[in-house]
Amino acid sequence: MATVVLLTVTGLGLGALYFLIASGLSLIWGLMRVLNFAHGAFFTIASYAAWTAGEALAGIPSLPLRWLAGLVAGVVAGALVAALTEVVLIRPLYRQQIGQVLVTVGLALAAVALVEGGFGSDPKQLALPAWMTATTTILGASIPNTRVLVIVVALAVLGVLLLFLQHTRYGLIVRAGVENRAMVSALGIDVERAFTLVFAIGGAAAGLAGVLGGAYYGTIDPVRGTALLIFAFIVVMIGGLGSITGSAIAAAVVGLLQQFLNFYAATGSGDFAVVLLLAGVLLVRPGGVAGSIT
Amino acid sequence: MNVRRSRAPRAVAVVGLAGVLVAMPWIHATIPGVFSSSLNSPGTLNLLALCFVFGGLALTYDLLFGFTGLLSFGHALYFATGVYTTAIALSRWHWTLWHALLLTAAVSVLLPLALGAICLRTRGIPFAMVTLAFAQAGSILVMQNPFGLTGGEEGLALGADALPAPLVGVVNTHNLYWVALAFLAFTYAVGWWVVHSPPGRVWQAIRENEGRVEVLGLNPYRYKLLAFVVSSLLASAAGVVYLLLQGGANPEVTTASFTLALLVMVVLGGVGTLWGAVLGGIIYQYLDFRLVALAGAPALQGLPSVLRLPLSEPLFILGALFVALVLFFPGGLGGVAKRA
Amino acid sequence: MSSGRVLLEARDLHVHLGESHILQGVSLVVREGGITGLLGRNGAGKTTTLRGMLGLVPRTGSVTLDGEELIGLPVHEVVRRGIGYVPEDRDVFASLTVAENLRLAERPGSALRYDLVYELFPEIKTRAAQKAGTLSGGQQQMLALSRALLNAGNRVLLIDEPTKGLAPLVVKHVADVLQRAAEVATILLVEQNLSVAHRLVRDVIVLDQGRVAYTGNVDALMGDAALARQYLGLAAVARGH
Repeated sequence: MATVVLLTVTGLGLGALYFLIASGLSLIWGLMRVLNFAHGAFFTIASYAAWTAGEALAGIPSLPLRWLAGLVAGVVAGALVAALTEVVLIRPLYRQQIGQVLVTVGLALAAVALVEGGFGSDPKQLALPAWMTATTTILGASIPNTRVLVIVVALAVLGVLLLFLQHTRYGLIVRAGVENRAMVSALGIDVERAFTLVFAIGGAAAGLAGVLGGAYYGTIDPVRGTALLIFAFIVVMIGGLGSITGSAIAAAVVGLLQQFLNFYAATGSGDFAVVLLLAGVLLVRPGGVAGSIT
Repeated sequence: MNVRRSRAPRAVAVVGLAGVLVAMPWIHATIPGVFSSSLNSPGTLNLLALCFVFGGLALTYDLLFGFTGLLSFGHALYFATGVYTTAIALSRWHWTLWHALLLTAAVSVLLPLALGAICLRTRGIPFAMVTLAFAQAGSILVMQNPFGLTGGEEGLALGADALPAPLVGVVNTHNLYWVALAFLAFTYAVGWWVVHSPPGRVWQAIRENEGRVEVLGLNPYRYKLLAFVVSSLLASAAGVVYLLLQGGANPEVTTASFTLALLVMVVLGGVGTLWGAVLGGIIYQYLDFRLVALAGAPALQGLPSVLRLPLSEPLFILGALFVALVLFFPGGLGGVAKRA
Repeated sequence: MSSGRVLLEARDLHVHLGESHILQGVSLVVREGGITGLLGRNGAGKTTTLRGMLGLVPRTGSVTLDGEELIGLPVHEVVRRGIGYVPEDRDVFASLTVAENLRLAERPGSALRYDLVYELFPEIKTRAAQKAGTLSGGQQQMLALSRALLNAGNRVLLIDEPTKGLAPLVVKHVADVLQRAAEVATILLVEQNLSVAHRLVRDVIVLDQGRVAYTGNVDALMGDAALARQYLGLAAVARGH
């Protein structure tokens, strides 16, 4: 029983990281039809921004404060880099879908290489508050607190995103833009500003994942973002391209499937099963589901 | 009217270049700054042979992306299929080279046929994501070292007795060089033939407008699957040559980064041109090699770290170059040449 | 030709889509007040003219609103100068509610005519919480017209085939609404239903194969059977007279 509980929480924690990455991918895809390969780089950049902030504040004795400062630094870095990416690289290639994918591919390669050059390829440790390295006993299983943290944060992000989409003017613009961008601009709305905003939100969520990933895994390294990105793509595809709630559900399913199979069957079989699940979904429902974004 | 005037010198140049390439192992000359040792040294021949493999591989990718308009992020899987199937048959099961090649050929047709049939149920960007997912599954499989077959992260070295003697050892590098050159020539010939064949014309029509192909009563799905299988099969052949050159398999060839590198090669050379893709592959491989050397160069050590750090990362330079190409020269080198 | 002030003007408007040259130098003026009709056979370039003036398709030439050049401005800036657009297929946002569709159309800084909209279309109010995708074709058309009418700052309304595919009773309603709308804004109307066009329109511009073929008074056009047949097809003659 304890093992099942541990695996469940760990799987959901992994799913939470997937969701934080996938939600941004989904929003960006939904509104702009851009497949953002640089999303993993946002994750990586944010985790190193958090590490750098933590190092810079080494004089502060309070670990929670340092970690929070790192969190803010990571989220801000993710949002800024993402917004910059949209303005500088994506916008000049408006209406060139392949070109837009290609620049994000180039950016992903260059950014990860640059981080590797600047910080080395060895894993680094984020300074974590004591609470995060501790465990809590739930139903007889001792669960690392970080797992619970990522799940709670991901649920909060899901809630905030849905509130944003349902109850703000920009949320309204995003939902309408997913259906018909041209008509939104024909109503006198600057859709491009919404593009930048959506990139920034996606970057912030990926940044959050980057910082929380450092806590979840205990270390950060330059390539984890790319590895997670591939599974986030799978999550987005299974959940239905452009649907936030769909991504959340798919993220949980994928995370659980991976953890349980990797534990009870052979290592790696969980990852494999996830790809098979995607294949199955495609056979039943080719092209994914367009549907509504929420 | 220019045809007669311009064709003849071009033919002479092509024949001349081919002659020089074939004769390379006998040319004891140095090109300072370009190659660090003489042309017929094993080091240079090996580098050139690798360049040829990647030139051919880039061409196979261009058949898919440039000619049929299918943006795959999983081409590495089929290259790796060639590498690993042959390597496993040779060094785990101790098959002869010919038997290993027969098996590899079979796998290299069946695997893309099965996976392509699924992936091609999607179009456009979703297709890219699905091919990426399958390639990732392949990568995971290789890394997990199932039944001790793939060697996991360590890779799989070919023993000295696994291959016929003329293909083994530094002294026989010139043979491997010829194999690679022959592979490139063969791939180019097949590529040229296939894009000028009736199915190849349908591929290009699909790239331009898939709907119109459907209206003509043709089934685009079948033609896309054919393009997928042909290009994957040729990529597997590139994998076999690569395995011979490297004397072993390493899991790096299964990764998504490897496919992305292919994409860079094709865009570098010019999407939708055969020679452009080949040139892109050659230049990429050459740059990758030389930029690694540059990273360790003493001249770089004197630079301030703002400059030194990026310059000592080959992937950063290639990635940045790629971004610049997409933004400013979407036609690649081929496009630049056409405009000039 | 009536003699109001020129409000909207296109000069030498060209639009290429792929390899086809859809608009081949369209020049037209829309005078302030009333409804100007933009007529022509299918494929003559009517919709593309509207879209080209808004910047929804890449175009060259000149488009001015009240003397101000619009070419070079992004679509949303063109619209903010005071143009309302009702596209051919209504293009209401199906997954948004009726109220949300209208809220999206609200332009900051522009006075809003909710009272007019609710007066013309009481259903817009009663169905506010309904998803626009579940409305009937006629109701969607009314929502699309409401979006364009909502902003008091819209001096010109570009309305593309508002009666297309609607039941005769609804067509009459829409025509009545257009007449009311013409009291608050200048309208450039694309209309295939010639009896509706004849009833509403004062000036007409006829397009033929991407060029302006006729400009003048609607009665003069409809009165001349040969002319009407040439530009508008047999239906014009059969239905009109």
